[in-house]
Amino acid sequence: MIGQLDHSVLQVLWWLICSLVGALFIFMTFVQGGQTLLLTTTKDEKAKSLMVNSLGRKWELGFTTLVLFGGALFAAFPLFYASSFGGAYWVWILILLTFVLQAVSYEFRKKPNNPLGPRTHEVFLFINGSVGLLLIGAAIGTFFTGSNFQLNDYNLVSWQHPLRGLEAAFSLFNLSLGLFLVFHARTLGSMYLVNNLIHEDLEGSLRRAAVVNLICSLPFLLYVLGSLLTMDGFAVDPATGQVAMESYKYLHNLLAMPLQGLGFLLVGLVLVVLGVILTTFTTKRSGIWVAGPGTVLVVLALLFTAGYNNTAFYPSKFDLQSSLTIHNASSSHFTLTAMSYIALAVPFVLAYVAYVWRAMDMGKLSSSDISADKGHDFY
Amino acid sequence: MIESFDLTQVNWARAQFALTAMYHWIFVPLTLGLAFLLAFFETIYVRTGLEHWKTITKFWMRLFAVNFAIGVATGIILEFEFGTNWSNYSWMVGDIFGAPLAAEGIFAFFLEATFFAVMFFGWDRVSKRFHLISTWMVAIGSNLSALWILVANGWMQNPVGMAFNPDTARFEMENFWEILFSPVAISKFTHTTSSSFQVAALFVIGISCWFLLKKRHLAVAKRSIVVASVFGLLASGVVAFTGDEGAYTVAQKQPMKLAAIEGIYAGEEGCALCAMGVLNPNMQPGDDDDPYIFAVKLPYVLSILANRDPNSFVPGINDLVYGNPGQGIVGVTDRMDSGKIALDELARYKIARKVGDDQTAEAALALFRQHEDDLGYGFLQKPEEAVPPVALSFYSFRVMVALGTFFPILFIALLFFTMRNKIESQVWLQRLGVLSLFLGYIATQAGWVVAEVGRQPWAIQGLLPVSVARSNLTTATVQTTFFIFLVLFTVLLIAELRIMLKQISIGPEEN
Ligand code: HDD
Ligand code: HEM
Ligand code: HEM
Repeated sequence: MIGQLDHSVLQVLWWLICSLVGALFIFMTFVQGGQTLLLTTTKDEKAKSLMVNSLGRKWELGFTTLVLFGGALFAAFPLFYASSFGGAYWVWILILLTFVLQAVSYEFRKKPNNPLGPRTHEVFLFINGSVGLLLIGAAIGTFFTGSNFQLNDYNLVSWQHPLRGLEAAFSLFNLSLGLFLVFHARTLGSMYLVNNLIHEDLEGSLRRAAVVNLICSLPFLLYVLGSLLTMDGFAVDPATGQVAMESYKYLHNLLAMPLQGLGFLLVGLVLVVLGVILTTFTTKRSGIWVAGPGTVLVVLALLFTAGYNNTAFYPSKFDLQSSLTIHNASSSHFTLTAMSYIALAVPFVLAYVAYVWRAMDMGKLSSSDISADKGHDFY
Repeated sequence: MIESFDLTQVNWARAQFALTAMYHWIFVPLTLGLAFLLAFFETIYVRTGLEHWKTITKFWMRLFAVNFAIGVATGIILEFEFGTNWSNYSWMVGDIFGAPLAAEGIFAFFLEATFFAVMFFGWDRVSKRFHLISTWMVAIGSNLSALWILVANGWMQNPVGMAFNPDTARFEMENFWEILFSPVAISKFTHTTSSSFQVAALFVIGISCWFLLKKRHLAVAKRSIVVASVFGLLASGVVAFTGDEGAYTVAQKQPMKLAAIEGIYAGEEGCALCAMGVLNPNMQPGDDDDPYIFAVKLPYVLSILANRDPNSFVPGINDLVYGNPGQGIVGVTDRMDSGKIALDELARYKIARKVGDDQTAEAALALFRQHEDDLGYGFLQKPEEAVPPVALSFYSFRVMVALGTFFPILFIALLFFTMRNKIESQVWLQRLGVLSLFLGYIATQAGWVVAEVGRQPWAIQGLLPVSVARSNLTTATVQTTFFIFLVLFTVLLIAELRIMLKQISIGPEEN
């Protein structure tokens, strides 16, 4: 049944799926945000442990979402996977290293006899939440600003910049997107913690942190949006596949998709702000459940803008014709079909994740959950 | 396709991949097996309601969590390393290879990640039943992840279910089920998981024996030994059976690997198996000396193992490299010529298509199709390149099989003395138990060395040599990351070991 769909329809579908996984990952970066809040919100060890334990029940989900994002891109757009990872080598390696640090830190931080000690692991968590997210933002930024690579006749990539991807971090647009992600994650992180914890002192500072970080993120967001609406974009001629620069390309894309472009973007931004208002100016704890979906919508709008409407999602500014589109970078019809059947499992996965999340978070986490008489069932 | 081969770069990339894979593989087998042991312990607890089984479950669960964290940390590097180190590979076969990797994420990793949190933190938050289900889900999830990744690896050893598309110059999937149910994939999955169960059983036994030696936590230790030994013993049967099956598929699909594993240069009918031996280190392909300095041989056994027929012919390295018309074997030398034709015709086809010369394109394509099975050989520079490192394959295999024979004996001995309540006085057996913890890891690493080193020089058996699979990176870049990973993983490993040792010396929380 899926097999009867046109190849190009499947390509559109798979860009949608990858975008959704990416958007869910950005939502899950509340974990990274929470990690950086550890250093700035409190000096009290008990309170810190409480935050770590709350985030510690979610970090694997975010991490796994990132892993799935990689896997889905590999399967659906292998030419992107090959060109970007093999080309923009250093930026990806550094991102991965920060996630390696994250993966051990929750479990190891407080364990006796650890030669690295708790401070080191808190620094690891901070690096993951700051440098890691900043570079992810820079890498996503290249979807709009382009990279320096060339493909030969056999689609082998050669990178044309000695920094091998790190040069992305030196573009104002990419850097702003990265910094926005860092502060946005902190905004989400404080809302998540307000939702998940019971701790009087922390609650006040977390509620404040939500609005402070939103304000910090605004200049970067405005710069990114302002540039996006005015910059030239990488347009593809659907008839010939030729790539050329087009003025106001991304503005055109947003307007061409009134619902899933401009609509998602605006609604998403409003939801994020609303979530923060709920958190900081009312006593409600549900801000994260408003701002979270808002985040998903914003990221979807951005990724749709990058990939749909005859646009090159991984453009090369070195050689326009090497740019990747969802059509020339995709897997074969057969693979996309097979993968689509596999993807039918995604709703079930989301359902059991939601079920378990609810079951585990029914009762809020409080100091008594991590007190010594509970044995060692906590980080 | 690639203008110049830089072998140093490829070798560093291989070293880097081997380093990360082997580190990952320190943690993974324990996850695979211990997850099931936890599920057994907890099931006994829920069934009997006896608190001491909960104590046991929780103790091993703590060690599980420490191991799991670093398993995950090493895994993420591997997933992206296909892109960073083997980007040409990723493009040429991403159509096929990416799918199981994505399936692994959807089907397996989310099960693990979601239920791990319940298993570890949910004791007071969810019902006993739901908690037990979660523990089982972690076990099933981790072993499902093994399934998908091993399907991917199995496909590299025995590429099936695909066809070469000359327009995109890459391999594309044609049959998903053929890939999933390929005999190599099945034997890899069953052998790898069952041997991982042994590793975990030996881990539990090793630590329990240490408790016995120290005269601490005796009840916990003895109960753990019983459950682990039964599990290990059952797994041993499967390991031996699937190992034999694995050797048979290797003989059928990768005869060069088998020849290397056995150190056979001149093939023969009714071939003997070298049970133990020392290789002649000076032996080169083409020589007709005796390959062994010393060997204990079991007549006919290799022919039976390889072809299920005592009189069948088992080809040696020389037959495979230089050909053996008598046995109908086309050698690497001839296949290289044929492969070069395939490569030239492919290039001619692409140029013709570009300029719109349909006639030339069609002719080139027809000729290409005749030679496409030898495509990979066209990249080789000399025929001897097709021979994997013999000594490493030969000795690793013998280490694995020797240990595979020893483990079931150990499990039986432990069961025997524990059930008769005499284990506490058998200090020799306790010491052997502690030692075996390490032997388990040695066996499992040796297994992968056999599988992966024996596959060289191919990234995809017969189709894509590693030198072509690589990314366009400088040697210095790959060297730098090699050392970054080496230092980072080693520091983390040391931290892990110290934490583990401390947790072990704290012991279970008995009251
Ligand atoms: C505790 C670990 C362990 C033990 C005791 C054994 N194995 Fe093993 N073996 C592995 C762990 C392993 C492994 C790490 O899981 C490998 C690597 C790749 C694979 O599929 O499994 C493997 C690979 C592997 C291969 C290579 C398959 C290939 O290249 O595709 C063969 C032929 C065998 N094994 C055969 C045996 C035999 C005959 C054993 C004796 C009873 C045995 N193994 C015990
Ligand atoms: C986790 C256990 C594994 C270990 C210990 C392991 C070990 C190795 C080693 C030692 C090499 C280098 C061989 C050489 O160059 O001499 C290698 C290469 C490689 N392995 Fe594995 N491997 C493992 C699992 C896998 C799996 C499951 C896959 C595929 C899904 C895989 C794919 C590769 C690839 C692509 C290379 C690089 C190309 C090559 O050198 O052949 N490995 N591995
Ligand atoms: C070379 C190919 C491999 C790649 C790319 C790879 C990738 C990964 C990744 C990304 C993770 C972290 C997943 C998470 O977010 O939880 C992981 C963990 C894991 N992998 Fe691998 N892996 C490879 C080889 C293997 C093999 C051969 C097996 C089993 C036979 C295996 C079994 C597991 C298991 C059970 C985990 C769970 C955590 C743990 O290791 O303790 N992996 N792997």
